[in-house]
Amino acid sequence: MLDQLFQFLVTGITVGSIYALVGLGFALIYNASDVVNFAQGEFVMLGAMTAIALLAAGLPLPLAAIVATTIVVIVGLLLERFAIEPALGASVVATIIITIGAAIFLRGIAMLLWGKDFRSLPPFSGDTPIRIGSATLLPQSLWVLGVTVALVVLVRLFFDRTLVGKALLACSFNRAAAKLVGINVRVMLRLAYGLSAGFGALAGILVAPITFSSYEAGVMLGLKGFSAAIVGGIGNPMGAVTGGLLLGVLESLGAGFISSGYKDAIAFLFVLMVLFFEPTGLFGHKTAERV
Amino acid sequence: MRLAGFYVFAVAIILLPILFQDNYFVTVVGISAGLHVILAVGLNLLMGYAGQISLGHAAFFGMGAYASGILTTRYAWPAPLAMFAGLTVVGLIAWLLARPILRLHGHYLAMATLGFGIVVHVIMVQATHWTGGPDGLSGIPTLDLFGWPVDSDLRWYAVVAAAMLLAIWLSLNLIDSRIGRALRAVHGSEFAAQMLGIDTGRTKTQVFVVSALFAAFAGSLFAHQQGFVSPDSFSLMVSVELVTMVVLGGMASTFGAACGAIALTLLHAGLVVFEDYEMLIHGALLMAVMIFMPQGLFVGLDQAVRRLLRRSGN
Amino acid sequence: MIAQAPSSTSALPPAKLLVVDGLEQSFGGIMALAGVSFWVSPGLIYAVIGPNGAGKTTLFNALCGFYQPSAGSIRFDGRELLGLPPHRIAAQGIARTFQNLQLFFNMTVLENVMAGCYLRTRSGLLAAALRFPKVRREEWQSREWACEALELCELTDRIEQPAGTLPYGLMKRVEIARALATRPRLLLLDEPAAGLNDTESLALRDLIERIRASGVTVLLVEHHMPLVMNVSNRLLVLDYGSVLAEGTPDEIKADQRVAAAYLGGAVQYAV
Repeated sequence: MLDQLFQFLVTGITVGSIYALVGLGFALIYNASDVVNFAQGEFVMLGAMTAIALLAAGLPLPLAAIVATTIVVIVGLLLERFAIEPALGASVVATIIITIGAAIFLRGIAMLLWGKDFRSLPPFSGDTPIRIGSATLLPQSLWVLGVTVALVVLVRLFFDRTLVGKALLACSFNRAAAKLVGINVRVMLRLAYGLSAGFGALAGILVAPITFSSYEAGVMLGLKGFSAAIVGGIGNPMGAVTGGLLLGVLESLGAGFISSGYKDAIAFLFVLMVLFFEPTGLFGHKTAERV
Repeated sequence: MRLAGFYVFAVAIILLPILFQDNYFVTVVGISAGLHVILAVGLNLLMGYAGQISLGHAAFFGMGAYASGILTTRYAWPAPLAMFAGLTVVGLIAWLLARPILRLHGHYLAMATLGFGIVVHVIMVQATHWTGGPDGLSGIPTLDLFGWPVDSDLRWYAVVAAAMLLAIWLSLNLIDSRIGRALRAVHGSEFAAQMLGIDTGRTKTQVFVVSALFAAFAGSLFAHQQGFVSPDSFSLMVSVELVTMVVLGGMASTFGAACGAIALTLLHAGLVVFEDYEMLIHGALLMAVMIFMPQGLFVGLDQAVRRLLRRSGN
Repeated sequence: MIAQAPSSTSALPPAKLLVVDGLEQSFGGIMALAGVSFWVSPGLIYAVIGPNGAGKTTLFNALCGFYQPSAGSIRFDGRELLGLPPHRIAAQGIARTFQNLQLFFNMTVLENVMAGCYLRTRSGLLAAALRFPKVRREEWQSREWACEALELCELTDRIEQPAGTLPYGLMKRVEIARALATRPRLLLLDEPAAGLNDTESLALRDLIERIRASGVTVLLVEHHMPLVMNVSNRLLVLDYGSVLAEGTPDEIKADQRVAAAYLGGAVQYAV
C-alpha cells in the first residue's frame, strides 16, 4: 500500500510537472494580455509532433528539440501578431473564442501534416527504470522534473531580477501605466507569447517519450494546464506551478486507488471544488470592485 | 408588432418543406439546425442576456438525451414520460449547481462550466452499465404523440420546427418582461441591479435552469429522433460550437442566436465536402469572425448593409 | 477615534427616517469609517461632504449593504438594515446612483428605467415566458411609471435611445430616473455633479429640488460646494472616517475645523 502510494506520487509529480509547465504558459500570457490562451495545449502538441518529425527526418535529438522549440515559438509569435493584437481589448468571450479558433486551426494543420496516427519520441536516456526502494522511476521522468525545476527557477529569477521581467509584471498590473513609464507593451506581449509557446513546446518534447502524441494530444494537456493556472489563481506563475503539481498528484492517486477511467473527472471535480470554496483560486488576488 | 419578426420566421420555416418537397437536405439538415436553434436560443439567455459564459452546455444537452435513452431502452418508459423525467432531473441538477458556479466570474466561470462538461462527458464514457460507454446507446424508440408516431423525416421536421418556434417565442417573451430586464440588468451591472431590488443570485439561478432545460429538451428530441446516442455528440467540442453559434449570430439577440445556429449547421453540412480541411477552415472562420466582427456576423452584416444603403442613398 | 454625536439635534423635528449609529468599517487595518453617527429627517436634502478618502462612498456602500460594517447600526424607518443584502435594502425603499456610472449599457433608456420598476411589479418567470394577460398589464404599467420618472428628469425625448449613446451628463440623469422608478423613500446620490458643466450643475440642482418636492428624502455625496451649500438643508462633514461637523450650511461655513480640513482653510463656498 505504502509502496503503491509512493509510486503514484512519483508518477503524479512527473505528470504534474508537465501541467505546471503548461500552466506557467497560461499565466505568462494572461499576465501580459488578460487573455486565456486556449491554444496553449496546441503549442505542446506542436512541440512534440515537430520534434518527432524532425527526428524522423534524420536530425539528432538535441537539435530536433531546439529546432522544434524555435518553430513553435515562431508559431506563438504569429498567433500573437495576427490573432491577438488585432483583437486587443475585446471581451473575455471574444478572446476565448479567438484562441479556441486558433487551437482548432493548429490542430487542423497538424492533422494535415501528420495524419491521425499516434507517434512518440524515444526516451532521452534509455528506458531502464531506476529503482528507488520499491518504486521505479523512468529516466525520462528525471528529465521532466529537472527541466521543470530549471525553468521555474529561471522564470522566478526573470521576474525578480531582470528589468525585462519587471516590465512584464508591470504590464500585468496596469497596461496603461506601464505604457506611460515607457514600457513597450507590444514587445512585452510578444515576449509573453514567445515564452509561453517555448514552454509549451518544451513540455511537449519532454512528455513525448512517456505518452503518445497525435494531433489531438494538446486538448487535454491544454485543459489541465488551464486548470493548473486557475487552481493557482490565474496570473500567478508560481500558483500555476503549484496547481499543476497538485493536479498531477491528485489525478495519479485517483487513477491508482479509485479508477483510471475516471482520472480526468477526478481532476476536474477537484478544480470545481477549489472554485466553489475559493472563487479566485488558491493563491489568486481577492479584488474588490469599486462602486 | 412586437412579434413581427417571429411570424415572418415562422412562415418561412413552414414554407421551406412545401417549396422543396421530398428534399433530403431541407428535412435532415433542417432537423439538425432546428435542434441547434433550441440549444443556441437557450444558451443565449444565459450568455447573451445574463452575461454568464458556459463552456459546458453540451452536458445538459447530453443529460437530456441520455435520460430519454436510458429510461426508454432499459426501463421501457414511454417517450414523453422519459422526456419529462429528464427535464426534471436536469432542472434539479442545474438548480443545485447554479449558486456555486454563478458566483464565479470571467475565466473562473469558464473553467468551472468547462470542468462540469468534462466530468459529465467522462461519466457518459465510463458508466458503461448505464450509458453503454463509448459505443453509446441504441434502439431508442421514436416519439409517439398521442397516437401520431413521428416516424418520417418530414414529421420530425414538423416536430422540431414546432419545438424551435416555441423556444424562440418563449425567449422573446421572457426578454421583453420584468424578468428579462432583470437578467439584462445583471449583465449590465450587478451592483445597480441589486439596488433595484433584484436578487442577482436568484436571477442567475433561474436563467441557468431555464437555459439547461432548453438544452435538455433539445437533447431528448435528439435522442428520439436519432434512435442512438453516444458521448461524442456531447463533447467539449460541442459546447464550444454552441458558444460559437451564440457569438456568431451576435450576442443578446434571440434571432441572432437562431441565425448563428442555422449558419453553423449549414457550414458543417457544407464543409463535409472539404473533409481534411474542415478543421482548418472551422478554426480560421472562428478567429476571423471574432477579430473582424466581434459584435457577431448578423449584427455586423446588418450594419454593413445599412452603411451600403446609406451610401447609395446619398 | 470616538464617535461624535450630532451637534444640534434638538433644533430638528423629531421624526427620523435614517439613523446611523457608531458605524465602523475597516479594510485590512485601515479604518474607513471610525464610528460614524448621524440621522436624517424625512423630507430633507442631507449632504455628506469631506475631502477625498474621508469615507463618503464607503458610507454609502455600507448603507446599501455592499459592505458589512464591523460595528454600529443603520436604522431606516425603525428597521435595522445592517446584515441585509443590497436587494433587500432596496426593497425597504432606498435607491441610489453611483459615482462610477453603473448604467445598463445593453438596454435603451426606457428599458433602463423600466428595470427600475422591478420592485413594483410581481410577475414571475413562467408568467413572463408565457406572456399571461397580467404580464401585458404590468408591462404597460411599468412603461407609464418609467415615463413619469423620465419626464421628471427631462429625458422624454431620449427614451428609445440605447443608454450607451447618450452624452455623459444625460447618462447620470438616466441613473437618477432609474433610481426614482423604484419609488424610493430615500435616494442616495453619489457625486451627481462630477463631470458636469456649470449649466448642467444648475439643472441638477433644480432636479434635486423637484425630487425632494415629490416627497423623496435625498442623501447627497458631493464635491461641488456651491451646489451642496445651496441645495442641502443639513450637512455632515467626514474626515478620516469620522464626523468632523454636522449642521446647517451656515453652521458648516462658520466652522473653522471644516475649513482646516479642506486644503488648510482655502475652501470656496461661493455660488
